[in-house]
Amino acid sequence: MEFRRPGVASFGLIAISIGMLAVIACGGSSTTTTSSGTIKVGLLHSLSGTMAISEVSVKDAELLAISEINAKGGVLGKQLVPVIEDGASDWPTFAEKAQKLISTDKVAVVFGGWTSASRKAMLPVFERNKALLYYPVQYEGLESSPYIYYTGATTNQQIIPALDYLKSQGKMKIYLLGSDYVFPRTANKEIKAYAAANGMTILGERYTPLGSTEYGTIVNKLKAAAPDFVFNTLNGDSNVAFFKQLKAAGLTDKTMPTMSVSIAEDEVRGVGVDNLVGHLVAWNYYQTTDNAQNTAFVKAYKAKYGATRVTDDPIEAAYVQVYLWAAEAAKANSVDPEKVKAAAGGIIFNAPEGLVTVNGDNHHVSKTARIGIIGSDGLIKEIWNSGKPIEPDPYLKSYAWAKGLS
Amino acid sequence: MEIWVSQLFTGISLASILLLVALGLTFTFGQMNVVNMAHGEFIMAGAYTAFVVQGVLGAQLLSISIPVALVLAFVVAGAIGLLMERTILRRLYSRPLDTLVVTWGVSLILQQLARMIFGAQNVEVKAPSWLSGGLALHGVTFPYSRLFILAVVVVAIAAIWFLMNRVPYGRQMRAVVQHRQLAATSGIRTHSVDATTFFVGSGLAGMAGVALTLLGPIGPTLGTNYLVDAFLVVVVGGLGQLPGAVIAALALGLLNATLEFNTNASLARVLVFVAIVAFLQFRPQGLIALRTRALR
Repeated sequence: MEFRRPGVASFGLIAISIGMLAVIACGGSSTTTTSSGTIKVGLLHSLSGTMAISEVSVKDAELLAISEINAKGGVLGKQLVPVIEDGASDWPTFAEKAQKLISTDKVAVVFGGWTSASRKAMLPVFERNKALLYYPVQYEGLESSPYIYYTGATTNQQIIPALDYLKSQGKMKIYLLGSDYVFPRTANKEIKAYAAANGMTILGERYTPLGSTEYGTIVNKLKAAAPDFVFNTLNGDSNVAFFKQLKAAGLTDKTMPTMSVSIAEDEVRGVGVDNLVGHLVAWNYYQTTDNAQNTAFVKAYKAKYGATRVTDDPIEAAYVQVYLWAAEAAKANSVDPEKVKAAAGGIIFNAPEGLVTVNGDNHHVSKTARIGIIGSDGLIKEIWNSGKPIEPDPYLKSYAWAKGLS
Repeated sequence: MEIWVSQLFTGISLASILLLVALGLTFTFGQMNVVNMAHGEFIMAGAYTAFVVQGVLGAQLLSISIPVALVLAFVVAGAIGLLMERTILRRLYSRPLDTLVVTWGVSLILQQLARMIFGAQNVEVKAPSWLSGGLALHGVTFPYSRLFILAVVVVAIAAIWFLMNRVPYGRQMRAVVQHRQLAATSGIRTHSVDATTFFVGSGLAGMAGVALTLLGPIGPTLGTNYLVDAFLVVVVGGLGQLPGAVIAALALGLLNATLEFNTNASLARVLVFVAIVAFLQFRPQGLIALRTRALR
């Protein structure tokens, strides 16, 4: 996925996790993967640096899933022992630590990454070592490594449903606004192809450098173009500046509605609820998603990490992917990566976001797309969903209009 | 027609923001020749002051929080600047390039400090109701937040002009810049003047931080977004030259707005840099030049 502004701050948590890491490292150093009744699993996220706070929440969700699985007897009757490493918001470090987890710690699987850059850095390491990585964040698609499972959304489970929704609402004139790097540019290429095939008009396409904070000109452009909707792929801090300046110019969710794909519950607070109320977002899960699994998940997460913490889409996907791997290993009756891979296809899990099914061919999972509206309490309320899980299609092969994109 | 007026206003507003972040630097860099890489963090300190002030005053007093924060931020950022000047920089006045490295280190420390105190996530500063929305005239909306920043800049410039030209202490500051030894022999306590200059420069950065909370994100790295722009304005305007900084900010703001309107944000930025490099080929001393310690 993209860079996002770090979430809830908690140096205490980081300290605790470092402490845990030390304890685990000492306690587990003499064991191999499956001896002595335990299985080591690697957690590789940025626990320091600019990405830390987003990724700390994701790591927390994975630890929650591991402790729940252990409480229910573990995997293949063995307890899971997490080995936590810090990617330090630095992509080469991710590759280095991945190698360390695989060859030194001999973990059975690694759950890790957030940015597409970190995933791309780790990909060759996992392919070379024939080891497994589970990656929990929505991303730009057009990738399908045999050794990575992508448990966040690919474009046809987030961006395309968002466009379907806009079309169904008669919003045919779209303005594209994004940060200037690979994710927004790839996404917008797909959006333009979709628009051309569906009779939508793209009134404009604008990019601003990552971290840009001046949106006066963009706001003027938007006003002059008067689109039905702004499709927003801005990232991180820029969202704060954009929405503040949009509101200051007198444009509201009524007069200049936007659809964002990078603003989840964690980000809403940093942008300021006042600036975002009524605007739309597209994800596969919200804290408010209404089912028994989610109620239990939100309760367990808050009980473990504090009532002020929120859950959101990547946090949920991180939690789910541990369960998916556990189910696959149970089915394979082994934690050997090749056997787990062979067993992965068709694994179904009743997740907080609803039923998800692992696709054995492209290593993504089916997910229900959800459009949400940001409420004055900072939470996101679902206003539309795809009704059923959407099969992942990272290369958009099943869409005629997408020919020539990949 | 409306769009051109809007765009002209955007350019002027951008200029006012550039000028605001650069004002403090005309003192610390322009007057004192300290390559102050921590300038952005003084801005950040000002922004967090606004956040703290809003927390302390609460919802009832939200309407006065921004003016109160402007005053407090001047003191807070000024005090941090003063501390840095007294403890570190005064030892480095004869080594301007070393100040670059040292102040960069200070900027990293201040960023991490902010992260430890306030957390890495952005915090929210609410715009009081009188700063929300905008003045609508003939189909053009002038956001109150941008008008407010413009007003702050105008007042700040007037105050600085008054200080430098009508107050004895300001004249002493100019005297020290123009010729330190001569100023010292005339009985001016140059060390104390240095400290004051740095306090005022850092304080202005703090005020800029408060104003910027109305437009942008508030996080530990907020200042780094504005640091380069601030240096550009000072360099193009001429070191330590207030009129030069005003003209430079206006030119850069309008140029950026025009180019961005006709191309895109990334390209506009590149073109502005090209224009600056070309300009400095012809006038390396900036728009307005004066013999200063920096140029001797």
